[in-house]
Amino acid sequence: MTDLAVPTTTRKDWASDQEVRWCPGCGDYSILAALQMLLPELGVRRENTVFVSGIGCAARFPYYMQTYGMHTIHGRAPAIATGLAVTRPDLDVWVVTGDGDALSIGGNHLIHALRRNVNITILLFNNQIYGLTKGQYSPTSEVGKVTKSTPFGSLDTPFNPISLALGAEATFVARTHDMDRKHMQETFRRAHEHRGAAFVEIYQNCNVFNDGAFERITGRDQRADMLIPLVHGQPIVFGAEGQYGVVMGEDGQLRIAPVAEVGVERVLVHDEHRDDPGLAFALSRLARGPFEPTPIGVFRDVERPEYGEAMTRQLLEAQERRGPGDLAALLASGGTWEVPGPAH
Amino acid sequence: MSTVVPRKTKELDRVVVRFAGDSGDGMQLTGSRFTTVSSLLGNDTATLPDFPAEIRAPAGTLAGVSAFQVHISDHDILTPGDAPNVLVAMNPAALRANLGLMAPGGTIIVNVDAFDQRSLEKAGYQANPLSDGSLAAFTVYEVPMTSLTMQVGKEAGVKPRDAERSKNFFALGLVSWLYSRPVEPTLAWIAERFGGRPEVAEVNTRAFKAGYHFGETAELFESNYQVRPAPVEPGTYTNVTGNTALAWGLIAAARQAKLPLFLGSYPITPASDILHELSKQKHFGVRTLQAEDEIAGIGAAIGAAFGGALGVTTTSGPGMDLKAEAVGLAVNLELPLVVVDIQRAGPSTGMPTKTEQGDLLQALYGRHGEAPVPVVAAMTPSHCFDVAIEAARIAVTYRTPVILLSDGYLANGAEPWRLPAVEDLPTIEANFATQPNHERADGTAEFWPYLRDPVTLARPWAVPGTPGLEHRIGGLEKQAGSGNVSYDGENHERMVHERAAKLAAVAASIPPVAVDDPDGLGSAPVLVLGWGSTYGAIAAGVRRVRARGLKVAHAHLVHLNPFPSNLGEVLRAYPKVLVPEVNLGQLVKLVRAEFLVDAQPLTKVQGQPFRAREIEEAVLDTLGVAAGSATSEEQE
Repeated sequence: MTDLAVPTTTRKDWASDQEVRWCPGCGDYSILAALQMLLPELGVRRENTVFVSGIGCAARFPYYMQTYGMHTIHGRAPAIATGLAVTRPDLDVWVVTGDGDALSIGGNHLIHALRRNVNITILLFNNQIYGLTKGQYSPTSEVGKVTKSTPFGSLDTPFNPISLALGAEATFVARTHDMDRKHMQETFRRAHEHRGAAFVEIYQNCNVFNDGAFERITGRDQRADMLIPLVHGQPIVFGAEGQYGVVMGEDGQLRIAPVAEVGVERVLVHDEHRDDPGLAFALSRLARGPFEPTPIGVFRDVERPEYGEAMTRQLLEAQERRGPGDLAALLASGGTWEVPGPAH
Repeated sequence: MSTVVPRKTKELDRVVVRFAGDSGDGMQLTGSRFTTVSSLLGNDTATLPDFPAEIRAPAGTLAGVSAFQVHISDHDILTPGDAPNVLVAMNPAALRANLGLMAPGGTIIVNVDAFDQRSLEKAGYQANPLSDGSLAAFTVYEVPMTSLTMQVGKEAGVKPRDAERSKNFFALGLVSWLYSRPVEPTLAWIAERFGGRPEVAEVNTRAFKAGYHFGETAELFESNYQVRPAPVEPGTYTNVTGNTALAWGLIAAARQAKLPLFLGSYPITPASDILHELSKQKHFGVRTLQAEDEIAGIGAAIGAAFGGALGVTTTSGPGMDLKAEAVGLAVNLELPLVVVDIQRAGPSTGMPTKTEQGDLLQALYGRHGEAPVPVVAAMTPSHCFDVAIEAARIAVTYRTPVILLSDGYLANGAEPWRLPAVEDLPTIEANFATQPNHERADGTAEFWPYLRDPVTLARPWAVPGTPGLEHRIGGLEKQAGSGNVSYDGENHERMVHERAAKLAAVAASIPPVAVDDPDGLGSAPVLVLGWGSTYGAIAAGVRRVRARGLKVAHAHLVHLNPFPSNLGEVLRAYPKVLVPEVNLGQLVKLVRAEFLVDAQPLTKVQGQPFRAREIEEAVLDTLGVAAGSATSEEQE
């Protein structure tokens, strides 16, 4: 927007004067901190940054940021952010949402923002529960989940947010978790750099209504064996010694195998830029839930025309072809006739 | 083709022609061409397209009948006319569906080729109405339109199937001759419109000429007619439909406010044409988003408004239901937003292509909580242009969503419009905030997003990209001034009152309602109070009453919320108040509640606008005068 150097800022500059009111111990705190610490490094201005949210615990996020912000209505943040992003391509527009907000009431807006490739960065705080309404199951809760609204266990098959985003033609899809600030920041940085819609699922602990939902994979002692870091251009291996790898069987199914047994040359090499999302989708299905080894990192990062830019290009082309709009000419464009004044 | 010297040309001051056929017969095209040529000739015109919701209902059935009525006149007219003088019926179903509208003595021109046994049965006729004497009250002309059109098609070397499609041009040619319309504009239009398909242009041209020549040479018609130009105000005129005028009004409003225009919309009948029109005007910098649903349409418009655009969403009733929550959000955010509702017959899907005024109370009250929204309504097709600018003025000046009500009748109806001088259009001031507006206790400056202007009560509009004014807004209740989230009861009450007071501030900026009462306010024994698209029918009905030497007054509301500040005074000046509405009586409820006057409703909910005669009869009834038979149709 301007040639002037972006002023140096610190975490404090990005925090608003509002008291943060999430429950003590909520995973949201660490996500907020990760982002407030990252933003000074991104070379962006507060006045050009906007956080848009819907409804839910995560949706309070904009109030805590010393940027422009809109806390809107349930599920609609991607639609509202779309209008802002396409009319103001100079802005950094972030959408903060939760599993209920993005995948239940707002599912439609999410998938359409992704397929249009609007220039927004979507952070989905997935805690597999409804927190603000005090503990009902969510569209990412596991089958059989016992909650206030499912005393006999939930019957619904959950969404896999990564699979959903890939199916919705998303150009950037990543997963991170609230226990690893460095990994979050690296993922957010990559998402922010992406031109177009970036989708980041964050495994986030709700210590009041769904405590420990991701403990089996994100716990400090479990991570090495349960999280599979995706690194572009590198074989997909995990385990303390990198002893496990992801391989494709002759049936086309991805499986986990000891590298020593199958040989490192059979281990899949991760390619974020692969045009076909099929393999990324297969990776997103590797774990049936956060109790099996689960890939984290960037699943997909490909280039496709950004929606707002394409829209602006159409306007410019129309202006080149027809000249700038002339209102008087428009009003007369349907053909006119003259009624002369009275004869003198 | 030379100008025809007819056997006899009779002068008419007005005529109402109704073209009716199958949905696929091109009746809308035929009717609008006839209108355009009449306008070019200087006639005043008013149109009523009347078509089914199904794109192609089964051919030949009553459900598939599409009609286009046009009223042309040598004087200023206000409605598409009550009873058609001429009905052009392309098949038995078109005759059957429209015959009831005709007054005895009218002229019926039928495509006799279509009156075969099968088509008669499909239309539900037991006997052929052309031969059973049931049309004795009318002058019926039987014209073999299909076969004559096929004949010219054959001469042009076009396949019979393709040639048959041009029979509407035959009909247009025939009616053009009957009413002495010039042929050149239509021939030029055919050449341009079908230029890319020369064989289609050729057969349409031949069919049109064949129809014209048929009228001229066949012994069928005794004479043809001439409707002279109407003496209207000098100026440059165009023919415009309500939806086009509305789209252009939005472009004009954005220009006058120096704001980029953004439309978020989901296709819905009868509002989609606004989306279509604005999508064409990209060189004006207009951004249009065909959203994934109605909610996303308004959501995107709200997002664009936050960023400093004139945000607009367009829809019809079912879409209004879906947008209600987002309108409430915009009330709380206090951002400018224009919500356009092209009303149609409800509830639910109702009758999508038929008109109604059923959404007034929804516009005023269709949200949870105390959520006041200014509401304006268009009176005529061309008035949609002015109302779009007025809606944007209120939205931008007062930072509020505004609901603009039009309806299916205005949306598709057309009328001649004297073009305004663009340099005379009102300006709209966006006045973006650029500076902090509040001092902290320590003397440093900060920005308070809910610190109001003392006159307009508008909050500052600070757009992202403005350094130092970073702030958060949202659907949660805000602390007055600072805009921080507040759950304090007293603050909530204050904010509810402030939002209501903003409507009162809007009232101070709108003109008093004008009363058409020739002898001065309160002179007539009865006032007819209308709103929106009933304008033409009420004004024409009032003229008819006056032509009988009786007194009646007419006032018409554009501003439905808030009301003009003199409305109470106007209503109390009349012993009787009659409120015609195409609903079950919504405005009448509002004025009775607000002003404690004994206003009486006149309602009609048939998917059709009022006719002037219906207004006339209701006024006479209110006056206690017997209607009798002699009306003054020529006064319409």
